[in-house]
Amino acid sequence: MATAALPSLDTQFAIAGREFRSRLMVGTGKYASNEEMLSAIEASGAEVVTVAVRRVSLDRSRDDGILYHLDPSQFFLLSNTAGCYSASEATRYARLARAAGFNEWIKLEVIGDKETLLPDVAGLIDATRELAAEGFKVMAYTNDDLVSALRLEDAGAVAVMPLASPIGSGLGLLNPFSIRTIKHRLSVPVIVDAGVGTASDACVTMEQGVDGILMNTALAAARDPARMATAMRLAVEAGRLAFLAGRMPMREVAVPSSPTTGMLE
Amino acid sequence: MTHAAVRQTEITLTVNGERLARPAGSTLGDLLRAHSLDSRMVVVEYNRQILRDRAAYDSLELADGGSVEIVHFVGGG
Repeated sequence: MATAALPSLDTQFAIAGREFRSRLMVGTGKYASNEEMLSAIEASGAEVVTVAVRRVSLDRSRDDGILYHLDPSQFFLLSNTAGCYSASEATRYARLARAAGFNEWIKLEVIGDKETLLPDVAGLIDATRELAAEGFKVMAYTNDDLVSALRLEDAGAVAVMPLASPIGSGLGLLNPFSIRTIKHRLSVPVIVDAGVGTASDACVTMEQGVDGILMNTALAAARDPARMATAMRLAVEAGRLAFLAGRMPMREVAVPSSPTTGMLE
Repeated sequence: MTHAAVRQTEITLTVNGERLARPAGSTLGDLLRAHSLDSRMVVVEYNRQILRDRAAYDSLELADGGSVEIVHFVGGG
């Protein structure tokens, strides 16, 4: 019997015309060691790796420059504006990041509240418009609100990054409906950023049809980051395939899987 | 030594928020070397202007009262 060809694993994935090999993007913060970070990134299969811009330590007491540990030729460095609370601060960080000379992409964050790290959407839209006009490829971290996402797309974002739940919370996907709605309505890719805690969260998130996931703490704070990164890689692929395959309809009554005829008298 | 004499030989800079005294005539390249910083690994903002041309660091003489921000990439999400 001829074996049927395996269905192709995935569709192409591109943002602003650039193709990426993995739908899983990972951060580089909060790892116990650089070795642990590198093994987790490798296990994740991620191509896009996020970094932050910070002052150097003048007394060299902290040798924390990440490029001493992470080979920028092996990854696509996506700098963020984490910790910025206004559009002017975020655009300043974005320009500094671009001046490093790797690319003109920025994961734009304009935070509005210290406790929840939820975005200041008004500042985010202003900063997106300003940076897009300067030629930046803006990936905007936002909440799971459709109208905010639409405004960010209008402002020139090349991807919109709604949260699954607050940054670093590990609460998983709190509102699948919102994420699905955003994905349905936007033309630019939707990458869920923040809140994924474990592999099932990643799988359920990808099952909503989004284009990818960015995560950091779920890997860095796992007992075994490299093993969790492997789990996440598989979960993102599984969730994507399940979305492409199309799930069965849900019913609130049982439907037998085995024939109801041919039973013994 | 009088204050006037000090001013001739030293300049005061604000570097990453810290006030530092440097010899008058110091260039940005000198400042980076004094802190063992590799210019290829950092981005410098001088008086709020980003200096994109690393080749010009050794010819940029820092002025008294100047403000320098030296940043690099660190781990982040």
